[in-house]
Amino acid sequence: MNRQSLTWKSWRSASVALFMVMLSLAATVSWGKVAMPLAADPALELRMMTLAAELRCLVCQNQSLAESNAELAVDLRQLMRQQMRQGASNQDIIDYMVARYGDFVLYRPPLKASTVLLWSGPVMLLLLGLGLQWRTIRRQRTNQAAPDSRGGEPGSAKETA
Amino acid sequence: MIPELGHFALILALALALTQASSALLGAARGNPTWIAVAHSSALGQLLFIFAAFATLVYGFVSNDLSLLYVASNSNASLPLQYRIAATWGGHEGSMLLWVLILAGWTVAVSRLSRHLATDFVARVLGVMGMVSAGLLAFLLLTSNPFLRLVPAAAHGRSLNPLLQDIGMVLHPPMLYMGYVGFSVAFALAIAALLSGRLDAAWARWSRPWTTLAWVFLTLGVALGSLWAYYELGWGGWWFWDPVENASFIPWLVGTALIHSLAVSENRGALKGWTVLLAIFAFSLSLLGTFLVRSGVLTSVHAFATDPARGTFVLVLLGLVVGGALLLYASRANRIGLGAGFDPISRESLLLLNNVMLAVAAGSVLLGTLYPLVLDALKVGKISVGRPYFETVFVPLMTPAMFLIGVGPMAHWKKVNLPDLALRLRWAFAVGVVSALFVPMAMGAWSTAVSFGILLSVWISASSVADLLGRLRNVHTAVSLLARLRANSRSYYGMLLAHIGVAVFIAGATLVTGYESDKEVRMGIGDTVEVGGYDFRLERMSEALGPNYTATRGEINVSRSGQAVTRMYPEKRNYGEQQRPMTEAAIDWGVTRDLYIAFGDQIEPGVWAVRIYHKPFVEFIWYGWLLMALGGLLAVFDRRYRVAVTSVQTVPPEPAPGRVVPSALVVA
Repeated sequence: MNRQSLTWKSWRSASVALFMVMLSLAATVSWGKVAMPLAADPALELRMMTLAAELRCLVCQNQSLAESNAELAVDLRQLMRQQMRQGASNQDIIDYMVARYGDFVLYRPPLKASTVLLWSGPVMLLLLGLGLQWRTIRRQRTNQAAPDSRGGEPGSAKETA
Repeated sequence: MIPELGHFALILALALALTQASSALLGAARGNPTWIAVAHSSALGQLLFIFAAFATLVYGFVSNDLSLLYVASNSNASLPLQYRIAATWGGHEGSMLLWVLILAGWTVAVSRLSRHLATDFVARVLGVMGMVSAGLLAFLLLTSNPFLRLVPAAAHGRSLNPLLQDIGMVLHPPMLYMGYVGFSVAFALAIAALLSGRLDAAWARWSRPWTTLAWVFLTLGVALGSLWAYYELGWGGWWFWDPVENASFIPWLVGTALIHSLAVSENRGALKGWTVLLAIFAFSLSLLGTFLVRSGVLTSVHAFATDPARGTFVLVLLGLVVGGALLLYASRANRIGLGAGFDPISRESLLLLNNVMLAVAAGSVLLGTLYPLVLDALKVGKISVGRPYFETVFVPLMTPAMFLIGVGPMAHWKKVNLPDLALRLRWAFAVGVVSALFVPMAMGAWSTAVSFGILLSVWISASSVADLLGRLRNVHTAVSLLARLRANSRSYYGMLLAHIGVAVFIAGATLVTGYESDKEVRMGIGDTVEVGGYDFRLERMSEALGPNYTATRGEINVSRSGQAVTRMYPEKRNYGEQQRPMTEAAIDWGVTRDLYIAFGDQIEPGVWAVRIYHKPFVEFIWYGWLLMALGGLLAVFDRRYRVAVTSVQTVPPEPAPGRVVPSALVVA
């Protein structure tokens, strides 16, 4: 190896390197590259975020794990990704979270003795409401037979559409 | 010295509120016009003194008087002026002061505008409002005095929560409180009617514009809150089922039921008991909303106050209001007439069903909001009730009520001829079905939820249009179109507009839920990403200086198929040591879509986490609410209320049932 060829070679490799650098600079500055998703696996990310939306961020005021950027939430999301990659089902993760943080972490409270009223309440309210509707309608129908006997408004009957 | 004057003014206002309440009620009971006149003047005096107190507090904020504890804990010298003024209601004490100021305002409005009603009836209304006002003024003075001094004065004020440093803070609470407190008028009118035993058409008629006006304010308040959360919280949602949001939404639902129930009570004299109950609950739930947000029992974005004494006081007050009102109702219930009878299927029964569904929905949201608090208080366990619960419960309950919007306005009073009704609605239904099939396909992806939402939305709009066309056709065709249009009342158009508002809201909520897309990416300078057909390119990052914060600002160029669309500037703001950095999202507003960019953290030098959303038709949500509010406003200014005001002044004050009913052409 003579010295000349060495310099030539190093000159050539240096210029190639320079060219590559310029090319890559040009690429970032003028054409740019497509931004990488934060998550490596978008399908898994979607599944994780859907589940995270049902879990409460425990250090936030009232935000789900999906919405929060608090440190704990970021860590827990990372943990969920890991568990999902290892094949955990959604239920496995929920069980894990409940074991660690209690029912408080669930935005959809589980059905148990203390939440029976919560879940059955709307149905009972609906039945009560429909019962009232039925009773009122029955009363008003019989009332129709004798419209003015029980406080019907005189003059109001002519006010129709 | 000036704050002490404010404190003193507040004490005088309490004295005047007590005078107003006692002289009005005694004057009405004894038929003494002098005492009643005293009540009217006291109402005016009360307003003046509360206004003076409020003005001194605002002055404390403007002049940055850090010797006031309340000012020092909610504001500092570096805060821009408009937020210093808004900081007056940024905390518990000031917002309660705003509450009583607005109550005094409504009271004076009632006192001035109700002169055509029987004097003893108006006196009882003033009496009830005076009692409410006295209760809240006592609450302010005893537990939440905004004029407490700090000795020695603070050197620096505490900063207002950066989330609250926004135009939303200037507008949202006053609007919401105008609505909350406005329901006190409906409440007082109902109690006065119970007290005087005159639950007549005049009572229902006079309740309507007041209730509707309060509802308009509440509608705007809720919508502003939702819009504010959308652009300020930085994660692009528009409703979070947060307890604080629920606290304003529950009275809204009950108020909506009340408006519809009042329509039946005015036109048909029926459902009066139900109307009275709704009026009582609309106001009580408004009080409860104030209590929930301001007592610190909630752990949520908006709850800043923590003091059990306040909570106890408001609970007792609430117990007195609800308990007293319900007791009165129970003692008078047998004297409330049934009004005109109606068939199982009639406009009355449909409106009743709508009321039932709205009330059940309100009750369920209330249940979900209070349940964790009750469990916690009983030490049974800590649970969270959030979006999954509320959506599971709320959507199925509201869907039938939404469907009924299409049927109700076309149904006749008293009795509906079903085949005839079906015939008149067949086109609306057909248009709905076709749109439900067509829209999801036009949007590029089938979704059953979207299809159903569009069906509801188009059904409501099309049936509203069909109703209007039907009415125009019924009038003699020789009359010009304009005259035929003018034959319908303003409140009729108001109703149509509000119903179409619901349709627009459903369309927006459905489409954005079904078709929004977002990406969370790592972006360096020059990086590009495509979301929803738009290309986003991070051009540069720079430092920016706000009045009381420093910001890292990105510049993002947005283009679509090579065509430049806009430039957006999302920020990460730093409001000093004590606050976590805040995301200030950049939004490119558009009728058919919003582009929404929120900065996350810096991942490594030169690279940031960026979340970009494409939200089709999201703005329809707020257009819908705006249309509802406009519809309500139109109804408030219906001519017949003014006719009632002007035509009745010459008549002696005792209103016989049905006397204040000059026009028979109006239904809605």
